[in-house]
Amino acid sequence: MRLYIKFLLMHLKSAMEYKASFALTVLGQFMTSFSAFLGIYFMFGRFGAVGDYSFEETLICYAAVLFAYSAAECFFRGFDAFESVISNGEFDRAMVRPRPVMLLVLCSRAEFARFGRLMQAVVIFAYAIPASDIGWTADRIFTLIMMCAGGTALFAGLFIVRASVCFFTVEGLEFMNIFTDGGRELGTYPLDIYGQPVLRFYTYVIPLACVQYYPLSYITARTGRFWYALLPLAGFVFLVPCFALWRIGVRHYKSTGS
Amino acid sequence: MIRLVDICKSYRVSRRGAGLGSAVKSLFGRRYDLVRALDCVSFEVGDGEMIGYIGPNGAGKSSTVKVMSGILTPDSGECIVNGRVPWKERAAHVRDIGVVFGQRSQLWWDVPVGDSFDLIRDIYSVKRADYRQILDRLISRLDLGELMRTPARQLSLGQRMRCEIAASLLHRPKILFLDEPTIGLDAPSKLAVREFIRSLNRLEGVTVILTTHDMQDIEALTDRVILIGKGRILLDGPIERLTAAGGDKKIDELVADMYRAFEI
Repeated sequence: MRLYIKFLLMHLKSAMEYKASFALTVLGQFMTSFSAFLGIYFMFGRFGAVGDYSFEETLICYAAVLFAYSAAECFFRGFDAFESVISNGEFDRAMVRPRPVMLLVLCSRAEFARFGRLMQAVVIFAYAIPASDIGWTADRIFTLIMMCAGGTALFAGLFIVRASVCFFTVEGLEFMNIFTDGGRELGTYPLDIYGQPVLRFYTYVIPLACVQYYPLSYITARTGRFWYALLPLAGFVFLVPCFALWRIGVRHYKSTGS
Repeated sequence: MIRLVDICKSYRVSRRGAGLGSAVKSLFGRRYDLVRALDCVSFEVGDGEMIGYIGPNGAGKSSTVKVMSGILTPDSGECIVNGRVPWKERAAHVRDIGVVFGQRSQLWWDVPVGDSFDLIRDIYSVKRADYRQILDRLISRLDLGELMRTPARQLSLGQRMRCEIAASLLHRPKILFLDEPTIGLDAPSKLAVREFIRSLNRLEGVTVILTTHDMQDIEALTDRVILIGKGRILLDGPIERLTAAGGDKKIDELVADMYRAFEI
């Protein structure tokens, strides 16, 4: 952990070398996801409601997924951009360091520019939480925090899977984006509006619904089952097979010519 | 002590013609060729030796170094470095070795070299007092004084290489792998790097495995040469074996002759 902070400081120092570029990227990131927010806004302007969710409820859902995705991207960027970590030889270097390889890959990238998105999620929370007609009791606040934490773990897991695939092939990685970027886009709205097949897939295969739809229905009092609030733990459980896949991948590592 | 016995490693390489047509074809069925990068490689290196590891491009030099440094797991064979199997006890093993990849930097591009060194100290958890001592010596011997506060991106290639070598020695490894350390350097830098490597080996007894295409490196530094071609060890012996046979030919010509003779 101490080492990770040291690495973060180094990334920060690097980023500071290019102040203007850093500021512009943060702004750019903010604008990009702001347009998604406008998308929701206009959609509701037109139709009044999506499924039976109100504007504010959807916003909370959107912000939680956005928060989780951005946090995962901020800190697990080394896995998301793993092709480049392999191709520029950084991974070879990580293999000759006396530390867990996974930790070093985790340390290899940090995208502070993604804070723009993270900030935006916070801004939307700041608006939607008081504006919604949800009574914010302690258990509901807890559920919301669980959604963010579980979601971060889930997306981190997806990034690790994506990185592990890099050990076997460098092609077909776009396919994985269906789950990472696609998950974020789908996650804009509560998953049940897409129908049962989608909901089932995102419950049992990739537990996105467990960090989103189920706890959200607890927060919005659509269900009284408290265990729905604990379902985001599935995001952490999801990490277990991801780690296993990673270990298999490392053993198959072929390195690149130099 | 390094011992390799019958190390084999093959890669699958996909083959396809150039052009869009064959690119589309390769989407459906693809032919793979099995390339034997290492074909029963065996050799031994004693403590304190300095070895020149040579061979044409793609002969398997880097693959061998990667097996010995724990990056690659071979398909079969045995490799013991200081009593450990590199890919099984990776963390303990890599504390003993230093690796310099001549074409790849381990320094942070945008931050001063000194900061990169400090981070490496943290990665290896070198004690502060030891670190100060090691660093001071490296700074004076490699003449790094002014470079420590310069970001790596502003260093010349020669300066960068000196910093790379220092970075690989901060944890005081017993074995140093140098993968083309003099590539692209000007004459004074080459001489400085060679001089440093020699003293490292002679004075401190660090085992050095040097891969290079620069035969002058080999002549100036090593007593023993291992030649690899198409993944097989073709020659292993003192450098005089090479030079004696050729009369007054230059060593570059001798090596070219040899590559031709072995059809590699």
